[in-house]
Amino acid sequence: MLIAATIAIFVVMILAIIRGVVGPTLYDRILAVNMFGTKTVLLIALLGFVMGRPDFLDIAMVYALINFVSVIGVLHFSDSFEFSRSPHDGIQENGPAEKDS
Amino acid sequence: MDTVISISSAFCLLLGSFLCLTGGIGILRFPDFYTRMHAVGVSDTSAAGMILIGLMLQSPDGIVITKLVIILLMLLFINPAASHALAQAAMQHGLKPLLDKKESDKNNGHNETAHDRTPNEGRSLSNP
Repeated sequence: MLIAATIAIFVVMILAIIRGVVGPTLYDRILAVNMFGTKTVLLIALLGFVMGRPDFLDIAMVYALINFVSVIGVLHFSDSFEFSRSPHDGIQENGPAEKDS
Repeated sequence: MDTVISISSAFCLLLGSFLCLTGGIGILRFPDFYTRMHAVGVSDTSAAGMILIGLMLQSPDGIVITKLVIILLMLLFINPAASHALAQAAMQHGLKPLLDKKESDKNNGHNETAHDRTPNEGRSLSNP
């Protein structure tokens, strides 16, 4: 069962990569990368149990956090198309630099 | 008792694999960004929960169960937050949902502009 679940997750990761390559808009690609990251977490946990070394779960935890930070970072980039705005601008102007949400 | 635990673990893993494959087919076959987001949401929450519960039933000691619970909680908090941010960003950039034929007949002009605007937005977002 562990091997079957690992193979299923491999297939789903390949499908997510296909959607990320052919995705028509930017947000389809971000969605595919998000799904790929979640499936990576599950794959690492499953591989730890397949190899008999459950210490891999620490790496899976780190991957979950990296996935979240990467998705939010790319969304912030797509919101303003630049990373050049420093965080001190928003503090000095009391927040009008932020887009209305 | 041991066979009950192993059978329930195998059932959870198989159900998680099935939900995972469903989400993978959904992200390829659905016609619209928002419907694809629905497929990814189903696959991320249910499949991850089922596979991690199936691993919890097989785990040898307590620290492994604790780590699996932490991973499950992180996925359950992080995935809805990322999906919400993604949908809000797509909506702010003018990516309209693909509507039905009957809806577009009901109010013509608005939805025709929406259908016209969607590919332009996509093209302009692909190479900014």
